[in-house]
Amino acid sequence: MVFGRLDRGRKRPAAAPVALKILVAGGFGVGKTTLVGAVSEIQPLRTEELLTEAGRPVDDIDGVEGKHTTTVAMDFGRITLREDLVLYLFGTPGQQRFWFLWDELAQGALGAVVLADTRRLADCFAAVDYFERRGIAFTLAVNCFDGAERHPEEAVRDALDLDPHVPVVMCDARDRESAKDVLVSVVEHALASSAARRTAAV
Amino acid sequence: MTSDGGEGTAARWYDDAAGPVVRPYAMTRGRTRAADEERLDLIALVVAEEFWAGHPEGAHAIVDPTLSPEHLDIADLARTEPRSIAELAAGLDLPVGVVRVLVGDLIDAGYVQVTRPVPPAELPAEDVLREVIEGLRAL
Repeated sequence: MVFGRLDRGRKRPAAAPVALKILVAGGFGVGKTTLVGAVSEIQPLRTEELLTEAGRPVDDIDGVEGKHTTTVAMDFGRITLREDLVLYLFGTPGQQRFWFLWDELAQGALGAVVLADTRRLADCFAAVDYFERRGIAFTLAVNCFDGAERHPEEAVRDALDLDPHVPVVMCDARDRESAKDVLVSVVEHALASSAARRTAAV
Repeated sequence: MTSDGGEGTAARWYDDAAGPVVRPYAMTRGRTRAADEERLDLIALVVAEEFWAGHPEGAHAIVDPTLSPEHLDIADLARTEPRSIAELAAGLDLPVGVVRVLVGDLIDAGYVQVTRPVPPAELPAEDVLREVIEGLRAL
């Protein structure tokens, strides 16, 4: 038995790891969870948050007025880079009305992936806009679905009116190496942005 | 209970569509916010305090009437390795908000610590980013 309360030596356990997060955003069905699963060391897990009043002004609840809570799910994965360095990947909820959750997710994120499907490019406009406004470094990753027409990088960049410094990469969200390359691109971009900000501040 | 509310009715009522039998925030006695919630980010890592973590029975050796079974489940998950708030919520199938409140209680009572080396509003240091790139390439 352990009777423990307070005052029991608040020693810090040995070397707590540093935890970092990258967001994976994009339209519904674009492959966010697939990408997370391709590199995660665990099966993508799902956390749920109950929404009550917060969702009401915009949620269309006509006909289901009795429903006061709804559940928002976020899928996430984990990559242990070193014993003391852990990277979490969070797939953002797809529905627009849950964006207030993104603010919490985005806080402290080192960067983001915006996953795009060239057949439904408009689905990622909102995510691009969100990260641009908040100054969060992101890479636009085009998930090259089987059978989808390939478009050159420049065409995608123009269609989305991306800033020249935003990396655009072609990927296969199912492929581990490809997903790794996407993540490396995000972190490199975050590093470059950080260095640029530092230079500008001097 | 009325005369027609026998066992048959009850059995029909407790189905999946009816939702959880215990409302999630009943576990937190109605509280929806933890005391130091800003520290309890989704990736805040919860670490068990050493004085009980080594006990063979784990958190269930803790005798503390203020803690619920859910508190002990959380403490047990954090016993062997640091666990993020998100992982605890997924592991116990509890909403994130509920886990935050319960972890807040465990911190207050001195059973766990939360480590959050990078303040949420700041970016990680550049040398950390370089280590992440190296780590990803080496996977």
